[in-house]
Amino acid sequence: MDILSLFVIVPILVILALVFSKGLKQARIIAMSGGIIQLGMAINLIFAYIRERAVNNSIMLFTKDLTWFEQMNIHYSIGVDGISVALITLTSIVVLAGVFISWKIEDLPKEFFVSLIVLSTGVYGFFISIDLFTMFVFYEIAVIPMYLLIGIWGSGPKEYSAMKLTLMLMGASAVLLVGILGIYFNSNADGGALTFNILEIAKVNIPFEAQKLFFPMTFIGFAVLGALFPFHTWSPDGHASAPTAVSMLHAGVLMKLGGYGIFRVAMYLLPEGALEWSWFFIILSAIGVIYGAFAALRQTDLKYINAYASVSHLGMVSFALLMLNKTAWNGAILQSLSHGFMTALFFALIGMIYSRTHTRDITKLGGLLKVIPFISAIYVITGLALLGLPGFSGFVAEMNIFMGAFLHDDMFHRVLTIVSISAIVVTAVYVLRVVGIMLMGPVKNTAYLKLPKATWYEKAGVMLLLIPIVGIGVAPLWLSNMILESLEPFIRGVL
Amino acid sequence: MDLNNFFLMRHELTLLVIILILLIAEIFISEAKKSRVVSLALLLFGIHTVSGFFPLAESNLFGGMFRSNELIHFFKNVLNLGVLILLLQSADWVKEKMTSNDRGTEFFILLFASLFGMYFMISAGDFLMFYIGLELSTLPIAALAAFEVMKRSSSEAGIKLILSAALASGVSLFGISMLYATAGSIYFDEIILNITADNLTLLGFLLFFAGLAFKISLVPFHFWTADVYEGAPISIASYLSVISKGAAVFILMILLFSILKPLMEVWEKLIYVLALATMFTGNLFALRQQNMKRFLAFSSIAQAGFILLGLITGTQLGTATVVYFVTIYIFSNLAAFGVVQAISLQTGRENMKDYEGLYRTNPNLSLVMMLALFSLAGIPPVAGFFGKFFLFTAAASEGYYLLVFLAVVNVTISLYYYLLVIRAMFIRKGEDPIPFFRNKVYMRIGLLITVIGILALGLYSPLYDYIFQLSGILK
Repeated sequence: MDILSLFVIVPILVILALVFSKGLKQARIIAMSGGIIQLGMAINLIFAYIRERAVNNSIMLFTKDLTWFEQMNIHYSIGVDGISVALITLTSIVVLAGVFISWKIEDLPKEFFVSLIVLSTGVYGFFISIDLFTMFVFYEIAVIPMYLLIGIWGSGPKEYSAMKLTLMLMGASAVLLVGILGIYFNSNADGGALTFNILEIAKVNIPFEAQKLFFPMTFIGFAVLGALFPFHTWSPDGHASAPTAVSMLHAGVLMKLGGYGIFRVAMYLLPEGALEWSWFFIILSAIGVIYGAFAALRQTDLKYINAYASVSHLGMVSFALLMLNKTAWNGAILQSLSHGFMTALFFALIGMIYSRTHTRDITKLGGLLKVIPFISAIYVITGLALLGLPGFSGFVAEMNIFMGAFLHDDMFHRVLTIVSISAIVVTAVYVLRVVGIMLMGPVKNTAYLKLPKATWYEKAGVMLLLIPIVGIGVAPLWLSNMILESLEPFIRGVL
Repeated sequence: MDLNNFFLMRHELTLLVIILILLIAEIFISEAKKSRVVSLALLLFGIHTVSGFFPLAESNLFGGMFRSNELIHFFKNVLNLGVLILLLQSADWVKEKMTSNDRGTEFFILLFASLFGMYFMISAGDFLMFYIGLELSTLPIAALAAFEVMKRSSSEAGIKLILSAALASGVSLFGISMLYATAGSIYFDEIILNITADNLTLLGFLLFFAGLAFKISLVPFHFWTADVYEGAPISIASYLSVISKGAAVFILMILLFSILKPLMEVWEKLIYVLALATMFTGNLFALRQQNMKRFLAFSSIAQAGFILLGLITGTQLGTATVVYFVTIYIFSNLAAFGVVQAISLQTGRENMKDYEGLYRTNPNLSLVMMLALFSLAGIPPVAGFFGKFFLFTAAASEGYYLLVFLAVVNVTISLYYYLLVIRAMFIRKGEDPIPFFRNKVYMRIGLLITVIGILALGLYSPLYDYIFQLSGILK
């Protein structure tokens, strides 16, 4: 069995095991062991990748190709480069942390874990695919469980949020489908056969007219998932209503599909379209960056704060991708990873606070640092990472993004870059505001004086996510090298 | 003509024999044991379905009136499978509700007679055979729609169906007569040689098309659909939405892609407009439906609109995707109707509100329904996704990107109302959920086959490649 297909097969086996499991305990154990196995596989994949990269210089490693629909030239075609390896690792960590955080789920636990793992299967599949059709299939598999996850186990206006999220994301995938078909029917422009294979299409010079038409469709199709302004509205509502683990997976992993898709499909296959349209989407991204930050400043619900922060930070990802240079792209990938860990951690902490205090309204909380020191301390650390303090992953990412952005010396790029950078200041404000109101000061509600301490599974989940944040921040080079190497072929393709 | 030639009509002949056996059985089986007719009919039809899969030669009969080739043969098998599933799902209903009124055998005889007509319709080599097939397939269904005589709505459905069907086939016949007037023949092979796009031919084509559009329930010929589905017994509603529609789409495709090909400039535009009208009308009306049968009626109108995306192409790819989609659609829609049927039979409840909390009481049934709805909505990895994706591919291959775009907008709209049912079953708890019940054996087999179909037809790719290769026959 090849090393990549396992990432699809193992989750399916876990799902089967869950289907036949009985009771809460078995479901938990199976989900946890599945998560641990996947994390092991991901770590193994990193080492295997580094070993293989030393001797193999092709764009994608561990490739495998099985014909699926012969007549349409659809293949189950997989392979990874440094970027996908990093994102797969992110996924496996967040999934395992998510299982830990959902330890206490009681309503239909089996179904909950099954949906969660279906989602992660879709994500893994998406990251390993190099065939547009297969990729699209996995993309939709990743999105649809969200409806049940939010609808059944969510809180607040969950039916509304779940429906809004699903329809917006599926609507986006519908637009994406037209883009993909457009790419497919232009993949014979150089006289070859029609193909869905990304590497094959990249070699073809797709006519400029087609690129101009299909780039925005492909871009928007993916960017909605990456919460591009003004298509971000599903994200705050979805996050606020989702159960903790789902918010984590959603913000931590699922939204990364957007940036990855933009990079791997829209940019790589339609480079001239990207050049033509970049100004338009740069403006949207910059608005998203600054708008998300200011919106987060005004919220009092912890989940909304974090959701708008995600809009802001993922705006930076698409902003960086549209800068079309290596430094910025490196920053974009690093930002995706770092944001994945940080947001997942934030949502985990918010879930823990909420499960203890039963409120997410920061004005009703106060002095938590005295009561639940472990959770509060980690919250402060994550907040510092989010505002880009050196030594954490956020700093490395944003540094790269803005260095890359400053390489453009025309007025347009300069102004928008400066506007986006100013969001960092706002980020600092909204992070510190929450820390000040919620964690510092006197305990507002005496009922909170006896909150239970963090349990072992909560600590395990938190540490899983914290280690990479610090790890990337302290030693970014090896990861950055892995990404830069993989960026080489794309740079050559696009510029 | 020797005996061998008759084997070309194997489907038709075995079905005829089954009808005769059932007629005789009706006479000889005593009143007390009447419910055995159900098992007998199922057994016979099962044998018939299996025997249909043996290969068949390609040839013509009766001087070209009847023709058969591998694609037609394949499609008859698909129809057989659909009817078999439908019979399994409705067996308990017939047993419990109909045999006591002494109407069990008639149900099968009428249903088979209609299927018999459809065989002739899709095998037709001239307009006469086509018309006989069309009539034979419609009239028994009108009787079946009014089968629950004691229910007013059922009789109403029967009357509505027969009146509008009569009008439609009259209009169609008028169109055929005009085509005959201009082309000088009713044989398809001869019409191909003589057809030109003059005004009278176009008028004839339009009238003829309207008749078939009625059967497929394309907008604006869809008004009968929701009322008839709601009033008719569920098995008949699902027959109309699946088998009848599938057969009509198939023959329409054969005619459009062969004898009417010279008129392509006209019907391309016509189908473009009808596709949009049908998709939007079906989807937008489905949004507010509360009765599950009406809901599925509008959903099936919308699905017909999607099918037109494959018809618009006039290519081998289009043929293949349409046949593939219809095959998948038969399984998906039968699964949805099957669940509605099972619940209606056990509890008599048919509203979406009644489905609230269904997952907590009847998880398996809810999962079948979820798969069916996902397949209808086109969510991977179930088969419906592949069907729709390929239809869109076919339309895009001819450059209809705008149409594809509007179609995917419709997919999103349709997802909304399919999710409403899922919301009712999974998310809502419901004040009065349907209590747990066990389905009878036949129903379970019927649902199981559809589930296997929904899961396997998409992922198992050789089926599509096989259909594509068969579609090359149609020139």
